[in-house]
Amino acid sequence: MSTLAAGVQGSNPALNITIFAVFVAITLVIVFRASRNTKTASDYYAAGRAFTGPQNGIAISGDYLSAASFLGIAGAIAINGYDGFLYSIGFLVAWLVALLLVAELLRNTGKFTMGDVLAFRMRQRPVRAAAAISTLAVSFFYLLAQMAGAGGLVNLLLGIEGNLGQDLVIAVVGVIMILYVLIGGMKGTTWVQIIKAVLLIAGAFAMTLWVLGKYGFNLSNLFQAAVDKGGATGEALLGPGKQYGKTGTTKLDFLSLGIALVLGTAGLPHVLMRFYTVPTAKDARRSVVWAIALIGIFYLFTLVLGYGAGALVGPEVIAKAPGTTNSAAPLLALELGGPVLLGFIAAVAFATILAVVAGLTITASASFAHDVYANVIKKGKTDPDSEVRVARITALVIGAVAIVGGILAKNQNVAFLVALAFAVAASANLPTILYSLFWKRFNTQGALWSIYGGLIVCVLLIVFSPAVSGKPVDAKTGKSASMIQGVDFHWFPLDNPGIVSIPVAFFLGWLGTVLSKEHNQKKYAEMEVRSLTGAGAEKATRH
Amino acid sequence: MGDTDQDLGSDPESDWEKVQGSPEFTELRRRLRVFVFPVSALFLLWYLLYVLLADYATGFMGTKLFGNITVGLVFGLLQFVSTFVITGLYVRYANRKLDPLADKIRHEVEGTGR
Repeated sequence: MSTLAAGVQGSNPALNITIFAVFVAITLVIVFRASRNTKTASDYYAAGRAFTGPQNGIAISGDYLSAASFLGIAGAIAINGYDGFLYSIGFLVAWLVALLLVAELLRNTGKFTMGDVLAFRMRQRPVRAAAAISTLAVSFFYLLAQMAGAGGLVNLLLGIEGNLGQDLVIAVVGVIMILYVLIGGMKGTTWVQIIKAVLLIAGAFAMTLWVLGKYGFNLSNLFQAAVDKGGATGEALLGPGKQYGKTGTTKLDFLSLGIALVLGTAGLPHVLMRFYTVPTAKDARRSVVWAIALIGIFYLFTLVLGYGAGALVGPEVIAKAPGTTNSAAPLLALELGGPVLLGFIAAVAFATILAVVAGLTITASASFAHDVYANVIKKGKTDPDSEVRVARITALVIGAVAIVGGILAKNQNVAFLVALAFAVAASANLPTILYSLFWKRFNTQGALWSIYGGLIVCVLLIVFSPAVSGKPVDAKTGKSASMIQGVDFHWFPLDNPGIVSIPVAFFLGWLGTVLSKEHNQKKYAEMEVRSLTGAGAEKATRH
Repeated sequence: MGDTDQDLGSDPESDWEKVQGSPEFTELRRRLRVFVFPVSALFLLWYLLYVLLADYATGFMGTKLFGNITVGLVFGLLQFVSTFVITGLYVRYANRKLDPLADKIRHEVEGTGR
C-alpha cells in the first residue's frame, strides 16, 4: 500500500480528522447526557424501553446501514455493477422476515437478549449458554467486517500509510466505541445511531441528487457513462453475472449468499435487541416499518452512488485505491464536492463504523452478562448492579477483540465479511427462533441441536472455504483474495456456507426435538399467549 | 421490576393454559398465522425466483428494455416495491384484525390473572 491513488491526493487529512472529531465530540456530549439516567439493568441494556417506534426505526437503520451497506455495496456496484445491487435486495427483503415472523413476538416474550426468548420454555442454563455463544459468534464476524472497513478508510482518508499507523487508528476507533458503550449504555448507543443514520442518509441523498444531476436525472445516461468508463467489460455492468456468473461454483455461491442474506437479518442479535428498547410490540412493528422505509430508500441511493462511482471515478482507480472497493463512495465524494464533501462522507463513514460496533458490543456484552453470568453461572441469583458491572467489563474485552480482529481483517471487502455474519445468524439463530415461536413440540434438545449444529457447521465450512485460504494469487497485487496468505487448506468450494448450513440447522432442530420427549406444556401456553397478546410483557421503566 | 428469569413464570400457570385454549385466543392465533405464513412463503419464493433468474438467466436479465434499463434492474426494483407493499398490507391487517383482539385478551389476562 505504498502507492496512493491519484484520487486521494485531493484529500485533506487535517480536514477529515477535524470533521470526525466534531462528530465524536457532539455524540460524546449526548452520550454523557443520556447516561445520567442510566441506573437499572433495563436502562443499560434496553434504554428503559422508552424509545418511540420511529426513533427506534431510525436507530435500527443506523445499526443496519453499516459500513458494509455504504462502502461495501457502493464499491461492489462500482466494480461489478448489477451483482453489487443484489446484496441490497437481499438485505432489504430480509426485513419482511423480521416484520412478519419475529419482531413483535420477540418483544412480547423477551427481556434483554435473544436468549430470553429461546430459553423461555426450555431448560434455562444450556439454552442460554448456547444462545450466548452464538450471539458472540455472530457479533464477532460482524465486528470484523466493521473494523476491516475502518482500516481501509483510514488509509484512504487520513493519508496514513503503513501498517502501524493504520493499526493505531483502528485502535483509536475501538477505544472511542468502548467509551460510548461504557458510558451511555443502550440509550447512548441508540442516540449515536440515530444521529449517524440521519447524517448518512442525508449525505447519501445529497450525493445521489448530485450524481443524477450530472446526467440530467436520467438513469439510463448514468449507466451509459459507467459502461463507457468500464472499458472492455463495461457492458457487463448492466446485467447480473459479472462477479458471480463465471462458473457453476460461483453461481451456486451466489445462491448461497442470497439465501443467507434474506434469512440472516431476523437472526442478528444486535437487531433483535433493538426491539427491546421500545415500550410495546406495536412500537416494535412501527420501528420495523420505519427501518424498512429508510433502508429501502438508502439502497436505492447506493445504486446511483455505485454506478456514479463507476462512471465518475472509474473501476480502475477504485481498484488501485487504498482500501480498494471500500473506497468507491469516498472517492466519488471527492470527485463531486472536493475535500470538504470527502471529509463529511469520511466522517459519516467513520461514525457508521463507530455506531455499529458500539451496537454490536452492547449486544454481545449484554448476552454474556445476562445469559451467561446471571443465569448460567449465578443461576439467576444476582443483583442487577453486578450484572451491569459484568456487562461493562465484557464490553471492554469485546472492544479489545474487535481492535485485534480489525487489524487482522483490514483489506477484506466489508460487504463480503458481513455476508458471513449473516450466514452464521441465519444458520444458528433463525431456525431456533422460528421453531421456538411457532412450533409447539420444540424442546431443549432441539434448540441445542439447531443452535450448535448450525453454528458449528457454518463456522467449519467458512474456515475450510476459499474465503479463508487457497484463492489464486492475483497477478496485479501479488496477493491472494483469501484471508490467510500462502497456505491452502480449503475443501469446501463456496465462499458462503448458507445453502448447506441453514437447511442442516433446520433439520437438526427438528431431529433433536423428535428424539427427546421433553415438553413443557405450561410454559408453552404462557409463551404463546404472551407472545401474541403482549400480556405480562416487560414495560417501559419511565415516561 | 424483577431482574431474574425466575419471576417470569410466577403467575398462576393454569391461567395461561386456560387462555391458550379459549376460542378468542385460538381465533387470534388463526388470524396471525393465516396472514404471516402464506405471505412469508410468497415473498420468499418471489425473492428466490429473482435470485435464480439473476444467477442462471443472466442473458434474460441483461436484456435491455429501453435505454440502458435492463430486465434485471426492473426485477430488482420490483423487489423493493413488493417489500414496501407487503409491509403496508401487514400493518393495515395487524391494526385492524390483530391488535383489537390481542388488546382484549391482554386486558383480560392482566385484569384477572395477575
